[in-house]
Amino acid sequence: MRPGFADPVLDTQASFRAILEAMSRPGRIQRLEAAPTPPAPLAPATAAALLTLVDAETPLFTDVGGEAADWLRFHCGCPIVPQPGQAAFALIVGAPPSLSALPAGSDEDPQAGATLIWQVAALRGEAGWRLSGPGIEREHRLEVRDAPASFIGEWAEMGRAFPRGVDAILCAGRDLAALPRTLRIREG
Amino acid sequence: MTADPGYNFAYLDENTKRMIRRAILKAIAIPGHQVPFGGREMPLPYGWGTGGIQVTASLLGPDDVLKVIDQGADDTTNAVSIRHFFRRVAGIAVTTRTREASIIQTRHRIPEAKLTEGQIIVYQVPMPEPMFRLEPRLTETRRMHGLADYGVMHVKLYEDVACHGEISIAYNYPVMVHGRYLMSPSPIPAFDNPKMDRMPALQLFGAGREKRIYAVPPYTSVRSLDFEDHPFRAHRAKGCCALCGAGDSYLDEVVTDDRGGRMFVCSDTDYCEERQASRTENAA
Repeated sequence: MRPGFADPVLDTQASFRAILEAMSRPGRIQRLEAAPTPPAPLAPATAAALLTLVDAETPLFTDVGGEAADWLRFHCGCPIVPQPGQAAFALIVGAPPSLSALPAGSDEDPQAGATLIWQVAALRGEAGWRLSGPGIEREHRLEVRDAPASFIGEWAEMGRAFPRGVDAILCAGRDLAALPRTLRIREG
Repeated sequence: MTADPGYNFAYLDENTKRMIRRAILKAIAIPGHQVPFGGREMPLPYGWGTGGIQVTASLLGPDDVLKVIDQGADDTTNAVSIRHFFRRVAGIAVTTRTREASIIQTRHRIPEAKLTEGQIIVYQVPMPEPMFRLEPRLTETRRMHGLADYGVMHVKLYEDVACHGEISIAYNYPVMVHGRYLMSPSPIPAFDNPKMDRMPALQLFGAGREKRIYAVPPYTSVRSLDFEDHPFRAHRAKGCCALCGAGDSYLDEVVTDDRGGRMFVCSDTDYCEERQASRTENAA
């Protein structure tokens, strides 16, 4: 079994602040220095986000199995659920499920909307999507390698249901960026 | 100062921090929406900033520099004791300088100095629900937020204008966040409301007794409610600070004797001290 964070208290804190910064300034890429070396197919940033946010109180839906799922069960202690509709967090390393398959919360309890932790091939700033919304002074750019073509359309569709919705944390290698539900995404 | 080994870093246990951190992220994703959280009992009573302290404790790392203010002042009981608390349980550096701080926990003021992208401001909130004096049932206000049904607050402002000729709210002046959620800015003076609009720093709000966390992300629209013919005005006492001469800062009125003597001084002690120091330098 691979270990989790070397320092569970301070590494979690550093990783949370990176996620906090990513969520407050959508599309700005954060680099996680203190990330664990998880079993394949998990990337260090993905593993850090999971260790920071997921625990026994948060049902997880995931498309990983084998050693990675065992690692998650051991370190996060999270229940793994078979349907995305039951999840508080969804960990996806392959093709992302339809956003509408994840819980979006209700108008009174929009915070019950799920968080998608989506591992992608690579993240790059200064190119790609044009992002605007809360947290962004004028415009941020974000290129998500191999994002499905239908994603922007689905994201815009979800935006019409605000405050209901899903928030996403994108991970690649040691890099991490976040897409809160308030974000508007346009093709670059 | 090193952290007291008898406590986990920053006092809270890791499960609690994780729960609060999840609430903070959702609060940022839904600007102005009150996210419930499992507020813990803290070693000081409700009303002394237990919500703000739990938010700060979930953020703090060993490299942070913390500033705590109470009504603008760094040297009041609440500010001193919270600073001491975090020095003891987290061993972090503290400051009174607004510009040196990475996290500013505040009770009822926003510093006069402009906050920057590298900073986070944490507000202590006694009552997160902006409509609680108009509708005491939280089940109802939850529904009103869900439907963005804020007519009752506009009626209250209208009645103010009808009775007093102006909107008579001096502090805790309700704001609309990102054009969607009505939010209590905590009991800051209405003078500070314009500073919240499109602020480069992240703004987090913690209410310990009511167990709610909410947030305003950077560069987010925060509009004080008003009417076209009665636009919002930020009030301040007419006068200058008696110590530093500032004519643009928020002033406290201080009674100096029992014969009607009084003076106005800056409520933001750091702003005032910096101005006094630069005046002495210029004179020298």
